[in-house]
Amino acid sequence: MTIDPSIQLPPAAVATVLEVSRLSKRVALPDRVLTILDAVSFSIARGETVAIVGASGSGKSTLLSLMAGLDTPTEGEVRLAGQALSTLDEDGRARLRGEHVGFVFQSFQLLPSLTALENVMLPMELAGADDAEPRARDILGRVGLGERLGHYPRQLSGGEQQRVALARAFVARPGVLFADEPTGNLDTTTGQAVVELLYGLNREIGTTLVLVTHDERLAARCARRIRLAGGKMVE
Amino acid sequence: MTPTPRPLRLAWRLLKRDLASGEVRVLLAALLLAVTAVTTVGFITDRAERALGIEANRLLGGDAVLRGDAPIGEAARQRAAAPGLRATETWSFNSMARVGANLKLADIRALGEGFPLRGSFTLADREGGEGRIADGVPAPGTVWISRAGAQALGASVGDAVNLGTREFRLAALVLQEPDAALDYFNTAPKVFLNLADVASTGLVQEGSRVGYRLVVAGEAAAVEGFVRATRADLGRGQRLETIDDARPEIRNALSRADRFLGLAALVSVVLAAVAVAMAARRHTRRHLDGCAVMRCLGASQRTIATVYIGELAWLGLFAGLGGVAIALALQALVAGVLGRVLGLDIPPPGLLPALQGLGVGFTVLIAFAVPPVLALRQVPALRVLRRDAGAPEASAWLAGAAGIGGLAALVWWKAGSAQLGTVVLGGILGTLAALALLALGLVFGVRALRSRLRGAWRYGLANVSRRAGSSVAQISALGLGLMAILLLTLVRTDLLARWQAELPADAPNRFVINVQPEQVAPVRDFLREAGVRNPELWPMVRGRLTAVNGEAVTGASYAERGGRARRLAEREFNLSQAASFGSDNTLVEGRWFTEGATTPEVSVEVDFARELGWKIGDRVRFDIAGRPWEATIVGLRKVDWESFRPNFFVVGSPGSLDGYPMSHITSVHVPAGNANATNELVMRFPNLSVIDIEAVLNQVRSTADQVSKAVEYVFYFTLAAGLLVLIAAVTATQDERLLEGGVMRVLGANRRQLRLAQLTEFAAIGLLAGLVAAIAATLLSGAIATQVFDLPWTPDWRLPAIGGALGMLAVAVTGMLATRRVVATPPAQTLRAIAG
Ligand SMILES: Nc1ncnc2c1ncn2[C@@H]1O[C@H](COP(=O)(O)OP(=O)(O)OP(=O)(O)O)[C@@H](O)[C@H]1O
Ligand SMILES: [Mg+2]
Repeated sequence: MTIDPSIQLPPAAVATVLEVSRLSKRVALPDRVLTILDAVSFSIARGETVAIVGASGSGKSTLLSLMAGLDTPTEGEVRLAGQALSTLDEDGRARLRGEHVGFVFQSFQLLPSLTALENVMLPMELAGADDAEPRARDILGRVGLGERLGHYPRQLSGGEQQRVALARAFVARPGVLFADEPTGNLDTTTGQAVVELLYGLNREIGTTLVLVTHDERLAARCARRIRLAGGKMVE
Repeated sequence: MTPTPRPLRLAWRLLKRDLASGEVRVLLAALLLAVTAVTTVGFITDRAERALGIEANRLLGGDAVLRGDAPIGEAARQRAAAPGLRATETWSFNSMARVGANLKLADIRALGEGFPLRGSFTLADREGGEGRIADGVPAPGTVWISRAGAQALGASVGDAVNLGTREFRLAALVLQEPDAALDYFNTAPKVFLNLADVASTGLVQEGSRVGYRLVVAGEAAAVEGFVRATRADLGRGQRLETIDDARPEIRNALSRADRFLGLAALVSVVLAAVAVAMAARRHTRRHLDGCAVMRCLGASQRTIATVYIGELAWLGLFAGLGGVAIALALQALVAGVLGRVLGLDIPPPGLLPALQGLGVGFTVLIAFAVPPVLALRQVPALRVLRRDAGAPEASAWLAGAAGIGGLAALVWWKAGSAQLGTVVLGGILGTLAALALLALGLVFGVRALRSRLRGAWRYGLANVSRRAGSSVAQISALGLGLMAILLLTLVRTDLLARWQAELPADAPNRFVINVQPEQVAPVRDFLREAGVRNPELWPMVRGRLTAVNGEAVTGASYAERGGRARRLAEREFNLSQAASFGSDNTLVEGRWFTEGATTPEVSVEVDFARELGWKIGDRVRFDIAGRPWEATIVGLRKVDWESFRPNFFVVGSPGSLDGYPMSHITSVHVPAGNANATNELVMRFPNLSVIDIEAVLNQVRSTADQVSKAVEYVFYFTLAAGLLVLIAAVTATQDERLLEGGVMRVLGANRRQLRLAQLTEFAAIGLLAGLVAAIAATLLSGAIATQVFDLPWTPDWRLPAIGGALGMLAVAVTGMLATRRVVATPPAQTLRAIAG
């Protein structure tokens, strides 16, 4: 697969890996227009760990999807790895994600038809990497699932599924990792183990981490906090 | 207003909510489609069938004929005078006719004004003269005589003909009668006179044996009304004459027509069932969460079952009524077109197809939608916490059994013939088994293959092998749908073409009868010289059945076997003898004749034997001109009546009939527009009678044509239903696909990769389903051709290739259309919309 030169910049050139400027999201409801996000601006430097916190419904997940290019804003701009997302089409954003972004969901979102190993290999295969399998084996070993490579998601517990998801998110050594309540579906102990793994991998790879959480202890481990209330940034 | 019971009210509210959220639309659409398809096809085939039935009866000289051995009563006459009908009467009896010194027993036909209501007489004004169409019945005081009859009586036009106490003038010779083909073996001179003159002959008196006929024609609806009312009020010795009693060719053609149309209707039922089954599956999956929540909130299994089945009942009601309404509109449209195209007067729709449509809708609902909904009861409340907790699959067996049972009931019922039903059902089950096996094989095959595949390809194929149950169900549904479409395609083109080809353009269209034994050789030579390649003459002896296995029988002995059996037994039998049979006879049971048999043996036509309950080894005795003749049944044979060669129900072993009064019969083909081609034959051998069976031939041909056209219209309709099934089957797993597509998007898959993955999956499913469907359709159409329609069959092995390609294309296109949303919308929206 050929790589678009416009999005492959030398690492030193991007001290700021993520820049959000005047980002707004509004949706039309039958009776009125709902403002989910209201002119949010901030920037995140390479290697930073950031927690996005706020009450339920304050717009955290929406902000995260906009930053990852999973959705398009009504107004404003997101620059990810030096690239303005609004200049890219859906495929361009997908490629940018494939190269720079990892994602962890609250509900794991593993593909049920693929084994743990195949799930982890998928993003690298999509990006055209040749060494997908050894790398996937390696990282699954490191999240403690070396014995479960051939198992399907439904054969794994929630914590194990989330560990596969973590392996999948980190396998391509992404520049930025987005996590939306990664422990939300797990019990405290399991959640704790997943969090340790997340931070461990993060330190090792030097990824920028942006995570949405309700969990104050998890938020406290991040270097920086962005608090949302009613779609506005309050902190 | 009585208050609606509580669960039903709950169900009603659930339905309203489901309708608003679009949850249940697929199921509603599938049900609506099922009822509409079955009802429309039912309406069309029912009306076409009835139209064909009426049409065929026109060979009787009208659209319906009431026959009795006593004068037709006032009630029947009044019914025949109904608006939209024309009616007339004929009487027939045997009497001596005298011309000069010549006295012969003649077949007298007295014709009422207006006869025939359908068809016409062809007359000649002198021996060997040109034929002309008669413009009425014989004028009072005059008679017409059949040409051969006049020959036998030595009468020429203008001569005096004495019947009873009255003298008539011979006004014309009859070359062709409208209904002659019905009893062409009758060689007695036929004399036609005006009905008004009968009384003056003094021939009909108390106790005379007279056949009274009331002939009716008119609009199809009025004719049906007359037939229905008359049938309900038949007097002693009365019956409604139908053409299929008289002519096995037409009986054959009509029953074949029925089966073709029945098959078309059947296919629509299968398609409908598949569509509903797929939609119900999806419906169930979508309700898993809701059920779990209801369980959490304390709903009992009973409540859940009642509420969800109540919802289905409401759905069934709406879909049923809506489907029937749409079908009524559609069939009116199609019947209009069909009437014009076929040149048939199509009778009005009956109520039955609507009831059938509703019945099918509910059967399909109960068989396919209820079991999965019942499975909802078993949803663990735990699912609220863990989405992966138990989608109940144990009930898959119940669903499968109920589904197949329901389908079997539908197929048997709709097929109209047990044989067709069995063949189609066997085909469906076989196809399902093959599909399931292949799908399972694919599941394992892909597992072995997947480590060699990469990225999008692997994902696509992995999806096929995911959850064997789901894949097997989807491939089976698709395969069954494709099979139904292909089958109908084959039936439409292949089988119908074969049927039409069975009636070659040069099929014999004239029978030459009354060839005397000493004329056999000269007539054969004559025909050979005239260019007939291998003229065959069959001996013919007329006799009455008197005993079976030594016990005396009359028509009445067969009364309990039905009217047809009784009439067959009562009629004069035409017996023949032969050493061997042509290719239009095949042995079904027993044996052919063996050389040197010491006692007479007979071979009997199989349907005829079944009708009368005759078996191999039975001894049948006939009275031939006052002498008994007894023979043992040694073989039952099937006759291909469409060869249009003379064939006999009962044929004796060679020599067994020697010494009995015998004449011979042969058949020839006279090219169209050369109606006088047999004149020379008749001039050479004046005692011969030439019977024109063109009308029968045409009737069979036009039935085949009309059925082809009717099936064609039904086909387009079924094709549309098939496409909708395809969509239902593909969309059954659409939610999961969209969700997974969204995840792939998040992981950086681009449009091409995503589409390639989906294309791989759809193409694999389509290829597999299409391949199996085509093979199954080929085999099934072979079985149907040979077993049900008695048509020859050769497999076309290109079809599986075509079917596979077609299935791949169809499923890929439908699938790609159904999932195009995932590449067009941002992944966040897809995930939110589906995962909730
Ligand atoms: N497409 C949409 N249409 C309508 N409303 C939407 C849409 N997307 C988001 N919302 C609304 O916007 C608000 C913010 O949603 P979002 O998912 O970002 O919240 P959140 O902060 O992640 O909440 P939680 O902590 O509960 O996950 C919610 O009220 C949500 O209902
Ligand atoms: Mg959220």
